[in-house]
Amino acid sequence: MKIIVCIKQVPNTTEIKIDPVTNTLKRDGVPSIINPDDKSAIDVAIQLKEKHGAEVTVICMGPPQAENALREALAMGADNAYLLTDRAFAGSDTLATSTIVAAAIKKLGADVVLCGRQAIDGDTAQVGPQIAEHLGIPQITYAAAIDYNEERNSLIVKRQFEDRYQTLEVSGQCLVTVLSTLCKPRYMNVWDIVDQDSKEVGKITFADMDLDAKNIGLAGSPTKVQSTATKQFDKTIETLELDPEAAAKAIIDALSKRHLI
Amino acid sequence: MNKNIWVFCEQRDGEIQPVALELLGIAKELSEKTNEKVGAILVGHNVKAKANDLVAYGADEVYVVDDEELDNFLTEPYVQAVYKLVSDYKPSILLFGATSIGRDLAPRLSARLRTGLTADCTKLECDEKGNLFMTRPAFGGNLFATIACPDHRPQMSTVRPGVMKKAERDDSRKGEIIDVKIDWDTSKFAVKLIEEVKEVQSVDKIEDAKILVSCGRGVKNVKPAFEVAEKLKGTVSSSRALVDAGVMEHARQVGQTGKTVRPQAYLAFGISGAIQHLAGMEESEFIVAVNTDKSAPIFKVANLGIVSDAAAVMKNLIKML
Ligand SMILES: Cc1cc2nc3c(=O)[nH]c(=O)nc-3n(C[C@H](O)[C@H](O)[C@H](O)COP(=O)(O)OP(=O)(O)OC[C@H]3O[C@@H](n4cnc5c(N)ncnc54)[C@H](O)[C@@H]3O)c2cc1C
Ligand SMILES: Cc1cc2nc3c(=O)[nH]c(=O)nc-3n(C[C@H](O)[C@H](O)[C@H](O)COP(=O)(O)OP(=O)(O)OC[C@H]3O[C@@H](n4cnc5c(N)ncnc54)[C@H](O)[C@@H]3O)c2cc1C
Repeated sequence: MKIIVCIKQVPNTTEIKIDPVTNTLKRDGVPSIINPDDKSAIDVAIQLKEKHGAEVTVICMGPPQAENALREALAMGADNAYLLTDRAFAGSDTLATSTIVAAAIKKLGADVVLCGRQAIDGDTAQVGPQIAEHLGIPQITYAAAIDYNEERNSLIVKRQFEDRYQTLEVSGQCLVTVLSTLCKPRYMNVWDIVDQDSKEVGKITFADMDLDAKNIGLAGSPTKVQSTATKQFDKTIETLELDPEAAAKAIIDALSKRHLI
Repeated sequence: MNKNIWVFCEQRDGEIQPVALELLGIAKELSEKTNEKVGAILVGHNVKAKANDLVAYGADEVYVVDDEELDNFLTEPYVQAVYKLVSDYKPSILLFGATSIGRDLAPRLSARLRTGLTADCTKLECDEKGNLFMTRPAFGGNLFATIACPDHRPQMSTVRPGVMKKAERDDSRKGEIIDVKIDWDTSKFAVKLIEEVKEVQSVDKIEDAKILVSCGRGVKNVKPAFEVAEKLKGTVSSSRALVDAGVMEHARQVGQTGKTVRPQAYLAFGISGAIQHLAGMEESEFIVAVNTDKSAPIFKVANLGIVSDAAAVMKNLIKML
């Protein structure tokens, strides 16, 4: 079984703060990490490899420094890693990003493609299903558990909804997007850490893939970001320092004024 | 040329989901500006009877695909059905709820249609020409981006449940119901359903509550909050801190990774007001915050902010209500 895991390097958004003076995102010094859902996808791939035998390849589209994310994945036990990097990829929205990642998967070949459900910076959860469509293979999103049935050569996936779950079976090629709750991402293994130093991170550029320039980058992106803003709040209407009894009374008064009690 | 504003009306077990009615509400509002029709997509099995409800909630046209293949939600048959409707009738705008169904279906469809898709929107506006401007949070709610899709049609977006206002039901409205049959390409149906299991919701639905009594880490004992909620005929909700601590169920969590709520009154006890929490409740009509720290960010969104001890205030509320 050949598994490709698509990972994204993201800023740790829990550490992003808004500069109260300029009202812009303070990104300086915010560390880059492997997107949490993707870390879980790497872990699933390695579990499948340990249980059933598989070759695990991680790929990441991003700037040269995204190689760090791929090195970390190798240290977690992945066999191969490729960085998809080219000036021509800059400014890609999800449709263009998925077009590029799908072209790389076509080139490398895979039975199973794993993605995270959602990246914590762009937050769209769109890249996985779009890759699957470009490849013409079935998708299962929101995976809360994945198992492989050797006899039937099929994946059994628990697909989570808000109010239910489904157990789905798929044989043949497929793409699964996984939730970060699926497993506890493993720590880097000492031997793999040592080993990853000797492994190469391959580079794939525009010229290496079957891609049309008009479908990628800014030009190939149908969505255009018109403007961005950080949050601004209206002024407080009232903040009062009250003893508990007066506070309770103020709340009751306010609610009855609004006919809520 | 593409025309009209369409809504994918999500149903589960034949029940129209609230987000579908919210989307009909915003679609109707947008259509008044662009002078277009509101179209509703209703796909499923044994769902046709619901088409009239969609008319009552604002649809001028309802496109129905009622077929056995659509009994349970599976990506490929649903995509084939919606793709057929969209390629035949060419709407200009296509909206989905940002649910675990909409966020599965919409991106797959956008790639098949090769058009843009904006995720998890919290605000939609348009100009007279029908260009849609979609505003959405990113970077964990720290940033809001307004996105357009100027050169591709349809303009697609998923919209966060609980954010848009439902249209009023009006049973005197008239609309057209159009039945559509699909020639399935079953060779693509590779994913087989083994079972579907409903998970009983053991907690009250916070998104339907009129009053929410919401607890954060500053509430050491949550039992009194349930008493306050009961007396107010409200429901208890929570910040993520108490969910992570195992004190509250995830279904009660308000915020970016929880639910978006807009009750008539939101009472925040011992909640600091992190941006990810505010993302889920700031549209509430009236916000009360009780917190011992007068510099807590929750006070910036509160209509009535009270610097006081949460437990003691709740105790007094129980006594006085
Ligand atoms: C503020 C802002 C808002 C945006 N809004 C939109 C929008 O609404 N619509 C739109 O089309 N684009 C949007 N974009 C662009 C979008 O963020 C980028 O295209 C991004 O490269 C991919 O989207 P994502 O981060 O949402 O990934 P997601 O779709 O959330 O990622 C899901 C999974 O896909 C895989 N994946 C994602 N990116 C990569 C990668 N580079 N390499 C390998 N695997 C990857 C990972 O497995 C990941 O877990 C926005 C960008 C910004 C800055
Ligand atoms: C990607 C991401 C997604 C997230 N999603 C969510 C989400 O969906 N929902 C969410 O809520 N959070 C979310 N968070 C977490 C969020 O950042 C905060 O950590 C969380 O909201 C804090 O919860 P809290 O206000 O209860 O706790 P704290 O921030 O610890 O605040 C406790 C407050 O209680 C006050 N207090 C203490 N004692 C008393 C007392 N006796 N009486 C009154 N007040 C008292 C304190 O002054 C303080 O303001 C998310 C974070 C990230 C990074």
